[in-house]
Amino acid sequence: MTVVRALAAWLEHHPLTGLLVFFAVFPFIMPYHALSTQILTYGLFAMGFNLLYGYTGLLSFGHAAYFGLGAYGTGLALARLGLGSPLVALGLGIVTAAAGAAIIGFLCMRRRGVYFGLLTLAFAQLLYFIVYHMGDITGGEDGLRGFPSLVVRLPGGSIPLDSPLSFYYFVLVVVALALIGLKRVLDSPFGSVLQAIRENGDRCLACGYDVKNVKILAFVFSGVLAGLAGGLNAMHLRIVPVDTLYWTTSGTVLLMTLVGGGSTFFGPFVGASVYLALESLLALVTESWQLIMGGIFVGCVVFLPRGILGWLSDRLVARSPGA
Amino acid sequence: MTLFDVPLMVIVSQAVIGIALGMIYVLLALGLSLVFGLLGVVNFAHGSFYMLGACMAFSLVTVTNSFWLCLLFAPLLIGVLGFGAERTLLRPLYARGGDDPMLLTFGLSLVFIEAARLIWGNAALPFETPTLLSGSVKMGMTYLPTYRIFVIVITAVIVGVLWVVLRGTNFGLIVRAGTNDPLMVRALGVDLGNVWSWVFASGCVLAALAGVLAAPMRRVFAEMGLTIIIESFVVVVVGGMGSLSGALVAGLLIGEVASLTALFAPKMADIVIFIVMAVVLMLRPRGLLGEPGLME
Repeated sequence: MTVVRALAAWLEHHPLTGLLVFFAVFPFIMPYHALSTQILTYGLFAMGFNLLYGYTGLLSFGHAAYFGLGAYGTGLALARLGLGSPLVALGLGIVTAAAGAAIIGFLCMRRRGVYFGLLTLAFAQLLYFIVYHMGDITGGEDGLRGFPSLVVRLPGGSIPLDSPLSFYYFVLVVVALALIGLKRVLDSPFGSVLQAIRENGDRCLACGYDVKNVKILAFVFSGVLAGLAGGLNAMHLRIVPVDTLYWTTSGTVLLMTLVGGGSTFFGPFVGASVYLALESLLALVTESWQLIMGGIFVGCVVFLPRGILGWLSDRLVARSPGA
Repeated sequence: MTLFDVPLMVIVSQAVIGIALGMIYVLLALGLSLVFGLLGVVNFAHGSFYMLGACMAFSLVTVTNSFWLCLLFAPLLIGVLGFGAERTLLRPLYARGGDDPMLLTFGLSLVFIEAARLIWGNAALPFETPTLLSGSVKMGMTYLPTYRIFVIVITAVIVGVLWVVLRGTNFGLIVRAGTNDPLMVRALGVDLGNVWSWVFASGCVLAALAGVLAAPMRRVFAEMGLTIIIESFVVVVVGGMGSLSGALVAGLLIGEVASLTALFAPKMADIVIFIVMAVVLMLRPRGLLGEPGLME
């Protein structure tokens, strides 16, 4: 047991290195590369969602909107505008998602609690139907298609992303950079303010913090990460299905975050991994894998409110006396 | 005589269909509002109870060949399910506070949808309008679908019964008081535990009833609750969360708006109700008839 404890302690201090090492070899332990890539993109999506939910305490039911905006932004750049570089396309996706998050965040932030959540849901559904009906540009019900082969052009040379494995490593680099950025943000004073707002928003206000604008900024950060994930996912699937924007996608990311644990940094990533791994595993065995997933979710809400990683970290990480 | 190139008779007919649709929304919104008002839980599983009502009605009709029997029994059976779910799963979570009860209902909705797929399959279930209620009725200069008129009438009766129960019975008194000030009610010695289960079950009965009534009008399939739950949220928010008269007014309003928009501007039909919801939430978050200060 001490080996496990030592490992857990090392991981607690070097989370991102550990993550990188693990995911560098990940594709070789997974049955197929597409699953590994999907785990990375949805993991990033969930991490972005958790910035808002676990750290700031704001439950958004419409996060599919930013995932979708990033996907459509990247997709439109690649498929319709003919921009060759995947990085530029991702950038466009991020900008689209950030803009959407800024507008929707500003409008929703005027309300609290469940009203905030329902307002985010309303805007996300609104976006879904708008995109659905703009078939000429977005492909409507059929989704956005027409993605070209991707080549990353760097000063040294170009890297084709044709094979699933090379695409996986491209995604890994992007996601790793995004997570490093996220960790820096969360460890910064800004991150502390977010958590303070979660604990007691009114007190924060009394202490003089500009709570409303901090929340909007957090919303935008969260949207940026979700949008990046959406863009990567779009490039991975080579299509943007319109259901990306439907509220069930928001539900999925919420499920992933809760199963993994919203109170830890990596919880959502673990949740996404568990969800997708189970999905691909169970789908081989039964058509009703979603029933089991729903059951697991219900079980987590009832028995493991801190999620899998939260429960694990409670058990494994040594606590100093008086903590 | 036409309005925007649409004959007046068609408009009237569509308006009546809008009222029928609105009444379905009213049933759903009443259930949601009751549960939110007393339990403080946004019941994400509400749409799946609606779906289960419709599917159960399909099964009962197949067995008994009587629409009337399944209209009576399908909602009651689903109510029992709701009662059990509240008792065993939801109740322990109230003490935790926060979002856990709502998240549980969300998880339940996933489980119910998949269970429904297992039991009734993936394809849409055929549900015919009962022969007594099919066809149309001549009203003035236009023909109106008989079944829609029936839906309007029976929902009005049910809402009336609900109103009598809430205003005239002890149970109703406790529910109204509990919605207003649960702590005080408990301090006065009333055991709210059972009341919660009954109210949750009533919400499920209303949802299932809406499902049975909607079955001949819409397709019956496992995911039919997914869109209706969002539309129900819109109605409850517009009417005012926790307000029953708000649910009534907003249900009819949203039903009418959706129906008429489908006639005049079909592409806007899906979008318009969300615009209404967003506008209401931003300008008057308490809703049309809600209590001020509730989570503002």
